[in-house]
Amino acid sequence: MSIDWKTYDPSPYYDELIGARGKPRSAARQLTQYLSSLDDQELQARKQAADHAILEMGISFTVYSEGENIDRAWPFDIIPRVISKSEWTSVQAGLVQRLTALNMFIDDVYNEQKIFRNKVMPKYVLANSKNFRDQCKGIHPPHGVWAHICGSDLVRDKDGTLYVLEDNLRVPSGVSYMLENREVTKRVFPEVFENSSILPVDEYPTQLFDMLASISPRPQDYPEIAVLTPGIFNSAYFEHSFLAQRMGAELVEGADLVVGDDDCVYMRTINGLERVDVIYRRIDDDFMDPEAFNRDSMLGVRGLMRAWRKGNVGMANAPGSGVADDKVIYAFVPAMIKFYLDQDPIIPNVPTHLCMNEKEREYVLGHLDELVVKPANESGGYGMLVGPHASKKQRSEFAQLIKKDPRNYIAQPTLSLSVAPTLCDDGLEPRHLDLRPFVLQGVRTDVTAGGLTRVAMRKGSLVVNSSQGGGSKDTWVVDEEA
Amino acid sequence: MLSRVAERIYWLARYVERAENTARMINSFQLVSLDMPKTIELSWKGLVAVTGTDAIFDEHYQREDERNCVKFLVADLYNPSSVLSSLKSARENVRTTRDLVPSEAWEIVNEMYLYARDNIDSGISKRGRYPFLTEIIQRCQTLTGLLAGCMSHDAAYDFVRLGRNLERADMTSRQIDVGAIRFLKRDPDPDDPQPYNGLLWTSILRSQSGFQMYRQHVKRRINGVDVVRFLLQDIPFPRAVAHSLRYVQEAVERLPRNEMPLRLIMQARRHAQGADVDELIHDDRLHDFIDTLQLDIAEIHVSIVDTWFSLDQAA
Repeated sequence: MSIDWKTYDPSPYYDELIGARGKPRSAARQLTQYLSSLDDQELQARKQAADHAILEMGISFTVYSEGENIDRAWPFDIIPRVISKSEWTSVQAGLVQRLTALNMFIDDVYNEQKIFRNKVMPKYVLANSKNFRDQCKGIHPPHGVWAHICGSDLVRDKDGTLYVLEDNLRVPSGVSYMLENREVTKRVFPEVFENSSILPVDEYPTQLFDMLASISPRPQDYPEIAVLTPGIFNSAYFEHSFLAQRMGAELVEGADLVVGDDDCVYMRTINGLERVDVIYRRIDDDFMDPEAFNRDSMLGVRGLMRAWRKGNVGMANAPGSGVADDKVIYAFVPAMIKFYLDQDPIIPNVPTHLCMNEKEREYVLGHLDELVVKPANESGGYGMLVGPHASKKQRSEFAQLIKKDPRNYIAQPTLSLSVAPTLCDDGLEPRHLDLRPFVLQGVRTDVTAGGLTRVAMRKGSLVVNSSQGGGSKDTWVVDEEA
Repeated sequence: MLSRVAERIYWLARYVERAENTARMINSFQLVSLDMPKTIELSWKGLVAVTGTDAIFDEHYQREDERNCVKFLVADLYNPSSVLSSLKSARENVRTTRDLVPSEAWEIVNEMYLYARDNIDSGISKRGRYPFLTEIIQRCQTLTGLLAGCMSHDAAYDFVRLGRNLERADMTSRQIDVGAIRFLKRDPDPDDPQPYNGLLWTSILRSQSGFQMYRQHVKRRINGVDVVRFLLQDIPFPRAVAHSLRYVQEAVERLPRNEMPLRLIMQARRHAQGADVDELIHDDRLHDFIDTLQLDIAEIHVSIVDTWFSLDQAA
C-alpha cells in the first residue's frame, strides 16, 4: 500500500514536507508525489539498497559505550528533508552575518576587549569561561578569523520559525555525513534528481581546501595541508580521513608531527622531515600541545602553540576559538551582531535564561519542568536536562547543580522541534529533527547548501545527536524556479 | 609520504597477500588429500607449520586433525596469520589509510572482511570451504588489479608492491620447505620414488597457480628438483621467490634513502638464484637453505622498518 499524505498526521508539530491537511509544501511536491507512487515494499527495498550502500562505503560513527565495536554502521533515513531555495538564501545570509560577528568577537576578546569596555557584555563571563585561553592574547591570525569552520545547529519551532540553537566553533563534525548522505540518496532515488533542481553539496571539500590554503604563512600554489586527528578511536575519525582524502591533504596524528628548533612544524615522512603550512586540527585545545596546555596529552604535538604564535603555521580553527562556543556567550550573539556590525540578526536565537543572573535563575528553578537546561560548555547532548521528560529526582539533582555553579548553566523553553516523514517499521511516521549547516570563513565566506539533518529515530524523542542514537537524512535545497 | 602511513600500506599489502596465499594453500592441499589413498596419512598440521604458527596452535588444540587445522588457519582470531585475522588486519590498515588508496580499495577490503566474517562457518566446513576460499582469492586478486590499474604508481604504490612481493617470497619459500620435508609424516626414502610425491608437488604448484606455467616452461614430468627450482629460481613466474625478490628490489629502488634495504635484497637474491638445488636436495640441506633464506627475508623487513617507518629516526 502506498503512502496517502492525507492520512499522514504530523500534528501538533510543524512538518518540513507536509503542510496543512496533507498538502505537500511546494518545494517538496516532486518528492512527495514520487514517494506516493511507491508501495511499502518498494520503499523498504530502497531502504535496503541504502543500508547496503552504507555498509559498502564503510560509513561509520563510533559510539563510545560500544567498546570494541568501533564501526557500527550509522543510521540513515532515506526520506530527504526539503528546504526551498528562497528560504535558504536568507538562512545563508544569517549564518554569514553570525559567524562574521562571532569572529570579530573572538578577535576582540583576545585583543582590545571593546565589547566589555562598552558594557555590551559583562567581563566576568570570561573569567569563568572554560575555553578562554590566556595563551592566545595579543595574537592576530590572518584575515582576523579565528573560527574558520562553524557548524551552527538550527531548529524550527511549531510556528515554522527557524532559530539558531547553538554554534559549534571548536571542532564541529558531521559534514562528511552530509556529503555521504547525498551520495547514498543519489543511488537510491536517481529519478527524483533527474526531475527537480536540487542544489549540489559536493563543493565543500574544495572550499575547505581553498579556505585552509588562504591561511598559509607561505603563500604558494601548493601549501602542505595536514588534517590533525586524535586517531582511529576518535568518534569522528571517519570524517577526518574522509576530508583529508577529498582534499588530498595528509591525515596526521600527533606522533607524525614535530616542531623544530626554528619553531616550524614538520611531518615525519619517508623522505625525512617536511614542513607543514596549515593544520586543520580535529583535536581539542586541551590536547593539542602538552607544552602549552594539558601536560599529559599523548595526542598533541609539543611546541605547536609556539609555532602558531610565531605565525609559522596556519591553524583552523585557531586555538582559543572555543571561547565563543559557550552557551552563555551564545545568549549575547544578537547583541554582538548589533555591536560589531550594526545590524539586526537575520536568524533569531532561542530565548535563553542565564542562570548566572539571579532573577533568571529563580525563574529557571521555578520552571524546571518546562525548560531544557544545558551546561554551558558541553557538546553532543551530554549532561542536559529535558524538563518535561525528566523525573522529579533528576530535576532536583539539576536544581542542586545549578545552585552550585550558576555560571555553567543556561535554560531554554522546550521547543516543539519540527518533524519530517521518516521511514519506520510501519511505514512513514513523523520524527523530530534539526539541521546543522557548515560555514567556512577565510578570505571569503561559504555556506553549505543545506547541511546535515539529524533526526531522532525513536518515536517522540527530541535527542538527535549521533552519539546518542540519532540518525540523519539527506537535505535538499530545492530551487523551484530552475 | 608519512612514515606511519607507509607502514600501514606496506602491512595492508602483506596481509592481503598472506590471506590469499593461505587460502590457496588450503585449497590445493584439500584437493590432493582427496586423491591420496587411505594408507598415506597427510599431515594437516604441516600446513600450520608452513605459516610458522605451530606454537599458538599447540596452545589451543590437542588434536591435530583436519577440522582443527583448517579452523585454525582460516577462522581463528587468536592466530594472527589466519585468513580472517589477516583480512581484519588488512581492513584496519586500509581503514586508516583511506585518504591514500582509491576509495574502491576500501570497499573491496571492507566487503571482503564482512563476507569472510559472515560466512566463516560454512567457510571451514568440508563442503563450503572450496567456494569460500576461492571467493577470497578472487577478491584479493581484484584488489591487486584495482591498485595496479587505478592507483598512481607513486611511493604509496611502491610500498604496496614491496609488501606484496616480500610476503609472497616468504610464503613461497615456506611452501618449498614443506614440500621438501613436512607433508609426509613418514620420511620418504629418496631412492625409492614414492608414487604420490608427484601429487604433492603438483599440489604445491597448484597452490601457486603454477602448474600450467610449470608445464609450459619446464616441459618435464613433475619432480621435486624441478619444482623447487621453478618456485625458487624462475624469473618469469610471478610467484617464484626470485621473481618476487626482483620486484621487491624494483620497488625499493624507487624509494628515497634506500641503501641498506637494497644491499640486503641483493644479497637475498644472490642466495636464491645462486643455489644449486640438485645438490641441496641430494645433501639433504634444502631445509637449512630455506631457513637462511627466511632469515634474509626477515632482515629485509627489519631494514625496511628502520629506514622508512621508525618514527624516532627522523627528528
